[in-house]
Amino acid sequence: MRTSNVHTLSLSVGIATGLYGISFGALAVASGLDIWQTCFLSLFMFSGGSQFAFIGVLGSGGLLSLPAAVLSAWLLGVRNGFYAVNMSALLGSLGLKRPIAAQLAIDESAAVALSREGDEKSKGFWLTGSYVFIFWNLLTLVGALLGSSIGDPKVWGLDAAAAAAFVALVWPRLRGSRMRLTGFLSVLVAIVSSPYVPIGVPILLAGAVAVLVWLLPERAKA
Amino acid sequence: MNLWLGLILASAAVYSWKLIGFLIPTKSLKHPRIADLAALITVALLSGLVGVQTLVSNSKIELDARLPAVLVAITLVLFRAPFIVIVCAAALVAALLRVWF
Repeated sequence: MRTSNVHTLSLSVGIATGLYGISFGALAVASGLDIWQTCFLSLFMFSGGSQFAFIGVLGSGGLLSLPAAVLSAWLLGVRNGFYAVNMSALLGSLGLKRPIAAQLAIDESAAVALSREGDEKSKGFWLTGSYVFIFWNLLTLVGALLGSSIGDPKVWGLDAAAAAAFVALVWPRLRGSRMRLTGFLSVLVAIVSSPYVPIGVPILLAGAVAVLVWLLPERAKA
Repeated sequence: MNLWLGLILASAAVYSWKLIGFLIPTKSLKHPRIADLAALITVALLSGLVGVQTLVSNSKIELDARLPAVLVAITLVLFRAPFIVIVCAAALVAALLRVWF
């Protein structure tokens, strides 16, 4: 990934992620939320994985599945806590900006921040977090308005685009055999466990892989 | 459960993770072992997302247009293509494969 300019990178990530918001908006409406409820999720939950899990569970089971939808969103949101820990250490003292930074602690902002060096780390976090927030919310609204006319994100290849975005974001982090081992095992564990555990849990099991690798002696650190 | 109540609860639950992460004293996190764990967890979670978003749908393992699209994305990453090109190429490959097959 060419990363010559942190502003360009942040904007690219913001737009790419935002585009996925169109499908979220459309799918949320299809799952039974109205336009306001859909926009509420993008504004206040603001975590793609949790949002998709929420409407996915809700769409498959209706109001009866609401507690499960809440739980899935919560489980999938735990990784935001880890990003927040990481970002908190990286951003230093924030004062009143802390609750705002917390809301922006998502996959994309953390990944961009960690892919940069020096003071561009904090710049990358704020820029990417802000751009993703703006485009994600704008395009959620667009998607909700388009409603079921765009319907299945698969037709547009948007599901593959999301996977590709995470590939591009994680790749620069796979330096050294320890990180590569973690990446490989995490992919494997997440895929293989998926049929047997509730939505959201495979990602948590992948996180558990990191803890196991962490507990191993650091011989192989490159 | 009222739908709005569910939306508020779920959003607060997700935000609570984010806020807890920011409220843990940063001093304790400057320790190299903790920083190491945080870096490993980030890689693990992002990799897990790649796996699930490439091969899983509705809790089932499914080989479909996403896999070739992601392989194209990996190739483009290796050739240091810009992020937006990688994402658009993957969407295009998946969309075209679905039109053709």
